[in-house]
Amino acid sequence: MTEDPEHARSTEDAGAAAGAGWHRLHPLSPLINAGRLLSGVVGIFALSLVTAGNYRDYLYQLIVAAGLVVTGFIRWLVTRWKLDGATLRIETGLLRRDSRQLPMTRIQAVDVVRPFLARVLGLAALRIRLAGAGHAGDRLAYLTVSEAAGLRATLLAGQHGLDPATPAPAELPLITVPAGRVIGATLLRAAPRFLALVVIAAVAAAAAPVLFLASESTLGLIALGLLTRTWRQVTGRYGFTVATSPDGIRIRRGLLSTVAETIPFRRVQAVRLVQPLLWRPFGWCRLVVDVAGVAGRDSGPKSGGLTKTLLPVGYMNEAQHLVGLVFGPELPELTKPPKRARFKAPLSYHFLAAGHNQEMAVTVTGRVCKKTVFMRLEKLQSVRLTRGPVQRRLSLASVHGDAAGRRAHALFSDRHADQARGLLDELADLSRSARSAESSS
Amino acid sequence: MRLTQVAAAGPVLVVIAGVAAGIWVGAWAAAAAAAVVTVAAGSVLWVERRRYLAWAYREREEDLIVSRGVLVRRVSVVPYGRMQFVEVTAGPFERVFRLATVQLHTAAAASDARIPGLERDEAARLRDRLAILGEARASGL
Repeated sequence: MTEDPEHARSTEDAGAAAGAGWHRLHPLSPLINAGRLLSGVVGIFALSLVTAGNYRDYLYQLIVAAGLVVTGFIRWLVTRWKLDGATLRIETGLLRRDSRQLPMTRIQAVDVVRPFLARVLGLAALRIRLAGAGHAGDRLAYLTVSEAAGLRATLLAGQHGLDPATPAPAELPLITVPAGRVIGATLLRAAPRFLALVVIAAVAAAAAPVLFLASESTLGLIALGLLTRTWRQVTGRYGFTVATSPDGIRIRRGLLSTVAETIPFRRVQAVRLVQPLLWRPFGWCRLVVDVAGVAGRDSGPKSGGLTKTLLPVGYMNEAQHLVGLVFGPELPELTKPPKRARFKAPLSYHFLAAGHNQEMAVTVTGRVCKKTVFMRLEKLQSVRLTRGPVQRRLSLASVHGDAAGRRAHALFSDRHADQARGLLDELADLSRSARSAESSS
Repeated sequence: MRLTQVAAAGPVLVVIAGVAAGIWVGAWAAAAAAAVVTVAAGSVLWVERRRYLAWAYREREEDLIVSRGVLVRRVSVVPYGRMQFVEVTAGPFERVFRLATVQLHTAAAASDARIPGLERDEAARLRDRLAILGEARASGL
């Protein structure tokens, strides 16, 4: 977001030893960065050693491998970081210098990421999220674990406007999700897709064996994709622990590679409670937090949002406890839309409900999967009212409250038209007064 | 804006369709084609006119209201403090008629406050006013 005015000056001593206050990343970082790539290259190398008998082939592969190692090393050599008052500065790049200043007060979330190889070596990467920072967060990869923890504490203290030297506050563990529940819930979510795949395969086989043979590889590929996704979901959520500390919500998760995320309370744009159909018999639900930040590559040029799982699968009382933690104990009363809305939304009317008080809005939508959105009114970016032709006939209207990001969105669906009209102005007013009461970023 | 586009393109299309049909099939088809295109252009013109009439905006003390839409009515309220930036665009057609489109961007992807077909001076005035108000009332995320 911020351009470095001292770009030229900092370029001069880029290759030189770290100057005052500048730190290098850990010397083993290129190894981890290249780790995945390198293992592939080594694999190909070994394979060609067996199959091909040509000298030149080895030579090329050796050059590729050496190139990878050297570029990784150079990357490490020219990357450095520094704490400069209330900003974190990261400089990297040999040919194209890239110098970033991350003001601590703008930080949206800080994650400690530890891929498997880094865990073996006792290292960790720090991922810092700013709103609209351009790409998938700024990473400091890799630091020693204690260094990463210390820097995270400093950054979070700076985010809250405290003295950066404040030590990390103690955290209070709240919820641990058992592995069995994670596996069961993930499989249950993936089950309909696998079932659909099997049905398609069976139908294809029964209808036209020739067609089945042709489509077999495609189906297999889709199945493989589903399997890896399920696997990744299970490993990513294994050992999921939610803890609270004064600087925000702490989340730890992961089987092979672990992630420790910290979300400052004030950065929460909205919380979504999702209850899929197949989970409801077990009383399970899922909590998702929306944070203003950069989503993945698919988020497009507009400022995207960052979605973090607050609870991958838990019971309602756990979810309610977490929601209370983020938003306080007072939740607004929910009211159903008028009966005639059944004609406009026959498939979702059973879930539709919404309510708001001075500080918060809570809305419920969904057809098969029940989705509840909790949002603080001060986070509203805009309020919209929409009225389709059917809604006009029934004298209904929907009011949308948008928070930063792509998904954070509270929908007062199919309210009485006059009520919706009043709601539009009321939400805008309440949002403004809530903002000025808070008067902080 | 689209109104003028359709108004300009309509007669041209009528002539082209008529001539083309005349060349390939005959005079009888030419008249039919011209009639079809005329009706189509006319109906599009009518729809566009209604869309134009439905588009309205109002600068309130604390926020901007934009309402639009014929079939689906939409009203957007965007507080000035939530504006991230203001965008003024003018396509080739708009430039011919000295018009411009002003769009407000907030941090939410769903906010759509777009005001097309403003006179260029009015667009510039609105842009400056919004920028000043946004600056004065700015609040973080």
